[in-house]
Amino acid sequence: MKAAGGVYQVDLIALMTGLTFDLESQGFGDLAGLGCQNQVRSAVFHMQLSRIIVPGETSSRLLVSGNEAVALAALHAGVALGTGYPGTPSTEILEHFGRLGGKAQWSPNEKVALEVGIGAAFAQTRTLVTMKHVGVNVAADPLFIAAYSGVDGGLVVVSADDPGMFSSQNEQDNRRYALHAGVPMFEPADSQEAYDLTRTAFELSEQFQLPVMLRLTTRVCHSKGIVVPAAPRDFRADTPHRCPQFRRAIPERVMIPAHARPAHRRLRKKLADVKQWNEVFPGNIASGGEGDFGIITSGVSYLHVREAAPSAPVLKLSCTYPLPIERIRAFVSRCSRCLVVEEGDPFLYEAFRAEGIGVEGKTEQYRFGELNVQRVRAIIAGEPAAEPAPAKGKPPELCQGCPHRKTFDVLRDINCIVSGDIGCYTLGALEPFSAMDIQLCMGASIGVGAGLRHVLPEAEARRVVSVIGDSTFLHSGLTGLAEIIYNRPDTGHVLLILDNSTTAMTGLQDHAGTGRTLAGKKAKKIVLEQVAAAMGADSVDVVDPVSQPEKLRALLLAAMSKNEISVIIVRRACLLALRKESRRAREQNKCIEQTQQR
Amino acid sequence: MTDQVYNIVIAGLGGQGVLTSASVLAAAAFLAGFDVKQSEIHGMSQRGGSVTSDVRFGKRVWSPMVTVGEADAVVVLTPNQELLVKNYLKPDGWLLVANDAMAGQLDNKRSLNVALLGGLSLILPIAERYWEAAIEQAFAPPLREANNSAFACGRRFFMGDKVE
Ligand SMILES: Cc1ncc(C[n+]2csc(CCOP(=O)(O)OP(=O)(O)O)c2C)c(N)n1
Ligand code: SF4
Repeated sequence: MKAAGGVYQVDLIALMTGLTFDLESQGFGDLAGLGCQNQVRSAVFHMQLSRIIVPGETSSRLLVSGNEAVALAALHAGVALGTGYPGTPSTEILEHFGRLGGKAQWSPNEKVALEVGIGAAFAQTRTLVTMKHVGVNVAADPLFIAAYSGVDGGLVVVSADDPGMFSSQNEQDNRRYALHAGVPMFEPADSQEAYDLTRTAFELSEQFQLPVMLRLTTRVCHSKGIVVPAAPRDFRADTPHRCPQFRRAIPERVMIPAHARPAHRRLRKKLADVKQWNEVFPGNIASGGEGDFGIITSGVSYLHVREAAPSAPVLKLSCTYPLPIERIRAFVSRCSRCLVVEEGDPFLYEAFRAEGIGVEGKTEQYRFGELNVQRVRAIIAGEPAAEPAPAKGKPPELCQGCPHRKTFDVLRDINCIVSGDIGCYTLGALEPFSAMDIQLCMGASIGVGAGLRHVLPEAEARRVVSVIGDSTFLHSGLTGLAEIIYNRPDTGHVLLILDNSTTAMTGLQDHAGTGRTLAGKKAKKIVLEQVAAAMGADSVDVVDPVSQPEKLRALLLAAMSKNEISVIIVRRACLLALRKESRRAREQNKCIEQTQQR
Repeated sequence: MTDQVYNIVIAGLGGQGVLTSASVLAAAAFLAGFDVKQSEIHGMSQRGGSVTSDVRFGKRVWSPMVTVGEADAVVVLTPNQELLVKNYLKPDGWLLVANDAMAGQLDNKRSLNVALLGGLSLILPIAERYWEAAIEQAFAPPLREANNSAFACGRRFFMGDKVE
């Protein structure tokens, strides 16, 4: 191999695996060839310590995060399209899938992402849709109905839950969504299982023509572990061979009541069949040894259990909906006592008790936060342990020089009542600003602000301002703007859109207003001031908070005194996004230079 | 290989390279043939808040998280973060804290995280060539030299500490 980049890559593989081989002789001529140099280089750059993955190469150990494992499995499963909306801890899945060469794209929100995924799955392909737990709230509508309609291809929806709320507004347990919507669910414990169960999830989805939920948690997403991948799906060997095509099936997919009634019965029949499948699914693992005190567990809790009680008999459930009740009953009947160890809600516990299976559960204190070995030991000992609050670390703050700082200086000085939203700018609620009064969920700033304006006495109502980020505005602020234009409060309303041209909070993702796709390609850019004007805002202004803080202040004061719908777009790029942008430009230039030298 | 599992906690502030050094450690253990788990919470770390990462390696590792009171070593990149993680240390464990004297010996202060790994390498059963390989993969050529020398510097620094 001649090119410097290529040699580097092969060296890296050799390093990580102890094997030396040549990409070209392995049949990856095109990847090794000059055409892919840039791609290879950026893959090497990004994957840092995990070994670079060459499509088709299967026999080695990798050190990868759960998110990377899901992406690799999706690639190996032949996923045609990955969609989603960023949200910690799910974000890296799609980013990594894209880096590995998969077709990945950010949608404006989770509902649209799932709808795009459903469409692609109707065309008999495999699709992956990723989101954080609260994203499923947004996507719930299509999820519930796609369970009725079913899919022709494979559809796997990743719900990345956040027990302990490391970066979320709540710790809802989305296992309840699987039960509620009627979609099968898998719960991996580590990177290897994330890989394996993603592969299984696609097969199951295709076999039973149902959407399948892959339920991850922060610890699974962001922990690295060793993965030995399986052979990628061989499309030529698949029977029947599936290629994207449309099948007309009006009664299955047009959910008028007359069609939905039989669809519901079909769904329940499919779930009964999946339950039978699950009764013998080898991914549910019985392990451990002697003793008559058994433990049933799922997800990352399994790992804690194996360490806290290394010799106890353990049944680890990997597919936790629909539950393999007979298998569970048999396991429990062999124990004199059986304890359920699970993070979050007592989801398994309640299901077992409803089936008349006599298991013990954890006490209420362990519903909160994530589990760890120490807490699992306490659960097993059955003694509620005093849990001192962990020492408080340094809280995050807006970067020095962040443009949001200027905006919150102004909002604080004017003493606005700020109905806020989610993003980096939520840190405006903390010292030294304390200038955000409310923040619930994405997009809520506008509706909640309007509600306040409708009922507060005039002098107070005028102080109410809604503040939303650019990514959040496109996610779920558009309908809020429609609301205030349509149901205008008597004092009007003021909407500040903080446009830093990125989704900063989750790690600088592009969106429909940045003019660039997930893959870094140029895209049509939605211009926020045009949108606001077209929707009928009475005034739309654009201001730079860093160079024109006085103008921002004047605009805000004027807007608050009028009875109009005023939209102020506060525009200044995020510092880190700018830095990322210039790094990208530098790398591109370097690549061009090197190609020219050759 | 014995059944022993080694537990290390690395702590600091966002932007100090906690996650990078944890990744280098995990990769070195990985290359040395151990089972490895590395756990990190990177939610808001970009905004300069506290960050910690756990690395565990051995013949077979289950949980990705280090248990309080069981860490063989705790590495702290900013002295004021020590209080936060000291309780993870087992009674005879090693506490490695960066200080000004150490930072002063480095050509580039940004490689403090790797210098501390040099200290760690004195107490962990991972051969030096695996550390070298892990550093080589983690850093692009322009930064590699600085980090190699930071690693060596950290080794010397803590070796002195041990002798004194
Ligand atoms: C339904 C839902 N999806 C995703 C998230 C994760 N999330 C929080 S804020 C945010 C967007 C932040 O972008 P923006 O509004 O542009 O603000 P910035 O961080 O750039 O200041 C995302 C994706 C969430 N909290 N809820
Ligand atoms: S990442 Fe960007 S938007 Fe977020 S605090 Fe830093 S500069 Fe501000």
